[in-house]
Amino acid sequence: MGFEFNEKVIDHFENPRNVGELEDADIVETVGSPVCGDMLTLYIKLKDGKVNDVKFKTFGCGAAIATSSLFTELIKGKTIEEALKVTSDVVVDVIGGLPEKKVHCSLLAPDAFKQAIEKYKEKQ
Amino acid sequence: MTSEIDRIYLDNSATTAVDRKVINAMLPFFDVKYGNASSLHSFGKEATDALESSRRKVATAVGAMPKEVYFTAGGTESNNIALQGVMLKNKSRGNHIITSSIEHPAVLETCEFLETIGFEVTYLPVDKMGIVSLDDLDGAMTDKTVLVSIMHANNEVGTIQPIREIGALSHEHGALFHTDAVQSFGKIPIDVEYNNIDLLSISGHKVHGPKGIGALYVREGTPIQPIIYGGGHERGLRSSTENIPGIVGFGKACELISTHLDKDIISMTKLRDSLIKEILDSVPKTKLNGHPTKRLCNNVNISFEAVEGEALVLSLDRTGIAASTGSACSSKNFTASHVLLSMKIPDIMALGSLRFSLSRYNTQDEISYILDKIPPMVQRLRDMSSLWKEE
Repeated sequence: MGFEFNEKVIDHFENPRNVGELEDADIVETVGSPVCGDMLTLYIKLKDGKVNDVKFKTFGCGAAIATSSLFTELIKGKTIEEALKVTSDVVVDVIGGLPEKKVHCSLLAPDAFKQAIEKYKEKQ
Repeated sequence: MTSEIDRIYLDNSATTAVDRKVINAMLPFFDVKYGNASSLHSFGKEATDALESSRRKVATAVGAMPKEVYFTAGGTESNNIALQGVMLKNKSRGNHIITSSIEHPAVLETCEFLETIGFEVTYLPVDKMGIVSLDDLDGAMTDKTVLVSIMHANNEVGTIQPIREIGALSHEHGALFHTDAVQSFGKIPIDVEYNNIDLLSISGHKVHGPKGIGALYVREGTPIQPIIYGGGHERGLRSSTENIPGIVGFGKACELISTHLDKDIISMTKLRDSLIKEILDSVPKTKLNGHPTKRLCNNVNISFEAVEGEALVLSLDRTGIAASTGSACSSKNFTASHVLLSMKIPDIMALGSLRFSLSRYNTQDEISYILDKIPPMVQRLRDMSSLWKEE
């Protein structure tokens, strides 16, 4: 046991990027619940088929905070199609790896984004 | 006591620093007096003398006779011998054991094993403070009840059970009473006679002794059988060449408890109450878990609404403060501790629990440092929490 996080994970945990809410978000999507223990809300602003701005809030552990932070950084400015390719595998890879039992935490943000875009497309 | 001044250790319910006096007492038994207590020569005699002298010190610390103390490899093993050893030995008397839902896994998992081989177990609930009801215990008793095993104080929330009354009630029904005192030993005076205890588990490394050593008190005449077989050490109850350095260290730690306990309780209680009051006063939407007064003198367990416990432990660790949480984020999802859930603490609070456990070495300066760090740390996590609602 003991925390086995690399410096990049710690950096994103201590200085998370894009934390907060977007008042003029086009999509707000929440995954998880307090009952299952972790929860994340993504606020997404789209423009010309691209992720113009994105912010997040999470009730989660250090790995959830760090990977969500990195995810928002990776998708910002990307087209929707490109952003959908940023899976949890990509996040874990770019952040330099996570302890095995923490890998599931990196699913939150990509899942929320995927779900958000599906709902958004249904509405269009 | 030497310690790294850049870190503060407040996880003494997990383990403690070994007292320097304990280390010094142990040292000769590694390379000078390293005999086997079963040997006939002078090396063996030295080991036997150390073994029996340590046994007296442990016995004194719990009000027992030396011959009622059996050395084991630790609290887990003591609990296993107590539960399995008594139930297996008393099959003809009955097959029922009563315990609580907030026991340590060393008791709960042993009970689950006993269920798989035909024993029946009743898991008593606890109230919101974590206390077992004597009425519930009375109601659970049957003529098949052989053993009641209720912990003295809980490892997570520090709640102290009315063990004297539990012991008396057990005896009224003809049942034996075992208590897991791993957390309470060294924090509450224990007297096996006064508290009506038949079997008691204690551990060395929770009381500034070494790891890998513990003891089981078994009241004289209690029917019990071994669960480990071999050379007949510890009067046949626990075969295995005695861990003399560990036993000597544990004996020394017990001697220190016997002389220091009153003073230690006063100093830890003061620090505990200061931590609890200041955190509750300075951080909104926080709640103390466990009982305000029927509580271990070294336990602080507070839930911070909308903050996940592991993230808080990581934040604290980054500033050099070692604490723990009842929230575990592993594999598929988070799980709140079985203790907090048994106390019906809501998920949103149970997942945000933080435990500080003190030792006699903690200081007011350390507590002040922590009190400076906590409010902004909690606020930072709340500001990014999807569950936090500022009022």
